[in-house]
Amino acid sequence: MVAMLKGQYGSGIREANSYLGQNYLVVEASLIPEVLQVLRDREQFDYCVDITAAHYPQREKQFDVIWILYSFARNERIRVKTMIAESESVPSSTSIWGTSNWLEREVYDMFGIRFDGHPDLKRILLPDGWKGHPLRKDYGIIQQDQEWVQINLGIESGQ
Amino acid sequence: MTDATKYLSRLELGQPDQTFLDSNELIINMGPQHPATHGVLRVILKLDGEKVLGTECVIGYLHRGVEKIAEHRTYAMFNPYVDRMDYVAAVSNGLGYCEAVEKLMNIQAPPRANYIRVILTELNRLASHMLWLGTHALDIGAITPLFYTFRDREEILKIFEKYCGARLTTHAFRIGGCQYETYEGFETEVKKFLKFVAPKIDEYEELLTTNRIWVKRTRDVGVISAKDCIALGVTGPVLRASGVKWDIRKAQPYAAYSDFDFEIPIGEKGDTYDRYIVRMKEMRQSLRIIEQAVGKIPEGPIMAKIPKVIKPPVGEIYHSIEAPKGELGYFIVSDGSTQPYRLRVRPPSFVNLQALDMMVRGALVADVIAVIGTLDIVLGEVDR
Amino acid sequence: MLDYITSYLKSDLTPGAAGNVLWAFVYILLIFLGLSVAVIAMNWLERKILAHMQVRLGPMRVGPHGLLQPVADALKLLIKEDIMPAEADKVVFWMAPLFVVMTAFTVFIVVPFGPTHAVTDMNIGVLFMLGVSSLSVLGIVMAGWASNSHYPLIGALRSSAQMVSYEIAMGLAVISAVLMSSLNQAGTGTLSMIGLVQAQQAQHTWFVFKFFPLGLIAFVIFAIAMVAETNRAPFDLPEAESELTAGFHTEYSGFRWSLFFLAEYSAMIAVSSIAVTLWLGGWMRPFPTWLSGETWDLVFSLFPGLTFIFLAVFAFVGVVRMPKHPYFRIQTMGLAGFGAVLGLIGLVLFAPPVRDRIQDIYWFSVKVAVSMYMYIWYRGTFPRYRFDQLMKVGWKILLPVGIGVLILTAIAGVWL
Repeated sequence: MVAMLKGQYGSGIREANSYLGQNYLVVEASLIPEVLQVLRDREQFDYCVDITAAHYPQREKQFDVIWILYSFARNERIRVKTMIAESESVPSSTSIWGTSNWLEREVYDMFGIRFDGHPDLKRILLPDGWKGHPLRKDYGIIQQDQEWVQINLGIESGQ
Repeated sequence: MTDATKYLSRLELGQPDQTFLDSNELIINMGPQHPATHGVLRVILKLDGEKVLGTECVIGYLHRGVEKIAEHRTYAMFNPYVDRMDYVAAVSNGLGYCEAVEKLMNIQAPPRANYIRVILTELNRLASHMLWLGTHALDIGAITPLFYTFRDREEILKIFEKYCGARLTTHAFRIGGCQYETYEGFETEVKKFLKFVAPKIDEYEELLTTNRIWVKRTRDVGVISAKDCIALGVTGPVLRASGVKWDIRKAQPYAAYSDFDFEIPIGEKGDTYDRYIVRMKEMRQSLRIIEQAVGKIPEGPIMAKIPKVIKPPVGEIYHSIEAPKGELGYFIVSDGSTQPYRLRVRPPSFVNLQALDMMVRGALVADVIAVIGTLDIVLGEVDR
Repeated sequence: MLDYITSYLKSDLTPGAAGNVLWAFVYILLIFLGLSVAVIAMNWLERKILAHMQVRLGPMRVGPHGLLQPVADALKLLIKEDIMPAEADKVVFWMAPLFVVMTAFTVFIVVPFGPTHAVTDMNIGVLFMLGVSSLSVLGIVMAGWASNSHYPLIGALRSSAQMVSYEIAMGLAVISAVLMSSLNQAGTGTLSMIGLVQAQQAQHTWFVFKFFPLGLIAFVIFAIAMVAETNRAPFDLPEAESELTAGFHTEYSGFRWSLFFLAEYSAMIAVSSIAVTLWLGGWMRPFPTWLSGETWDLVFSLFPGLTFIFLAVFAFVGVVRMPKHPYFRIQTMGLAGFGAVLGLIGLVLFAPPVRDRIQDIYWFSVKVAVSMYMYIWYRGTFPRYRFDQLMKVGWKILLPVGIGVLILTAIAGVWL
């Protein structure tokens, strides 16, 4: 499978490896929709387990976006990972898996990563008017949107 | 691909219906304070009379930022936090977390610990399903099963309390095994409980399974096909009721599950009644697993050799278990320090809840309640 | 004065028939009082019985075995803040509970607790009862509308649809009972409540057993329809707690809410009374022909007293089983006092003139009580119907069956 993908996309597949028995692919951001589509249609990864991200502020491409996929037919998991900079956005996979909808919204909510083509990209867990994306490393653990808290809850601090 | 995405289109709430007298459509807010939304779920319903045209879930009222907290706690310190997510199945949460960290550190819990884990997790699955049954039946209007299930769930909580001192947020497991050895008479007590609870499950079934009104209220309500389930990432009993024979305990066994003989009950139509039957059968399978586990619980240590300070090597790991609600996954990124660099929880309730809209479109208001109940969501886990 | 009263005690006429306004007024007061006590007792009983069905104890704190709980609740409701939503239609909002209560109580004017124990004996008594009791839907719709809120509105709409559709099945069942009163004996057909019981007396059968199984089917239709009519489980959709929070009375609180509560329970008693009158022989004691004769009359006339003595014994057993701790002294004394009162009432009921007079009321109440117990039992057992299913049951099952029973009753009456 890896050989085929590598043959098809060449250096677009940066890394295809296995750690602790779990396979993962690192893919160029531009190839993401194609690779995901191929993984689902040809390789039967029909179940998108999770979409998540991680923030590395010291890197040039600050964010890892990770898709965790599972194939019922192969009983196998795979992680697809891509790196993007803060200004970049990722194509949405809502047209590939329905489940991506809320998962992408959560990533947007927590990291501020935009997903192009998402039908309704808005905050999901935090209130709509909230400023900041809490799971970024530069967002302190007791930090909060003071303004929002004051306007909506009428208190100085939520602590 | 499937119709699933089409259903997840946005509910047109742009013009709130101010003079509902003039229009046929009615927008009502169900929750966050509502007796049947199982906590603080808010569902905005667009109705045509009693018919549901669309829903939109507003969640996050219970958001505590568990994933952020994880980045500021050591691995061991974070362990009790996971109990607070799905607070009716805290043991499963702890199991998933401990196993994920163990996997990351490449250590194995000793067999005795694994057996204790299996027993407690299955007891917890029973407790979770009992709570589900009681509240689900209450939503549909049968008020009596609630008290029966709570009476029997109490016995499970007593076992938890005796084992680790806590009833609900148990914090029963540690990274590397279990902290506590089983107490004196644990096995006999569990066996006694098994004898006690088996006829009780029949009792619930007697009240509901063939009850005409119950069948009418649940048959062909909230139908979701296997294809849509997979597309929407729905797991657990909901997926199995749609006919997909998939259970992580069998597919990718963890803890000591490969040692036991049990079946995966599946449904056919994927309606609310099938989900009820699947969960009832699952309770019986859990009894079977516990019975086997208690029978051949091995002697030996309960804690693997782990360093004093838990410092997993740099790397990433995804580990998931079959929680009572579905696939509960932990994705941990370690930078080699004592704290997780990034910890992501894949909550089954959150993903399952997404299917609500699709399952209730075109149904009646009463079905929304039935479907929320049958999805078995816990808002602590949805919002984290 | 005394003669005046005793003459009425011995009268064979209802106050209405005798045309005595004062006496009718006394009757109305008595019924009002008795009904309020019955509602309070029903409240306590429902909570206790339901609790015991659900492996719990129910109210236990206020008074011995929670006997004073309904009183405490009533007090709490009365002194609660009176909240009226800002956007509500004030006048209608204020009128709705009154309307519901009024209709629920008005029905009792024609309920025959005994051959003479009714305020009046209208010759269209059945019609009056059905008409007035169905007026309560108006109050419910008013409540739902005036609240100016979505849940009450949906609740009220459900309620009106439900009541209108079940009224038809109910009416059909009632007609077949009325038909039975006139069959076999030309010219005795009647719509009077007392007349209907007298017809059962004359035909030596309760209408449940008449033209078996036709009478029974008609009774079952009525029994189902009356549960739907009073919005009780499993037909409690207008106030389905898990769906509509509290349905049409979501926005009501305190005293106004307690009026709805009062009306609901008196409506339950009212429809049960109709069922008892039409099918279960009204005030007639069980087995009036099979176990006839003076000895049996005497035995059955002892029942009212025995019931109260039985309850008193229960109370005294409770007294004995009370913990012997100073904390429980007042409770023990209260329960003993309660038992003493019950026993005393029981003894009074043994007195020949009283027991002859009270027998009718007693048997009527017992039959109604059985029906009320069924209400509680349903609530403990059944899940709730969905709206469309409820309509299906009403229109597709009860209505055709009702018409069928009506036709068959007519045929049976002509041919048998």
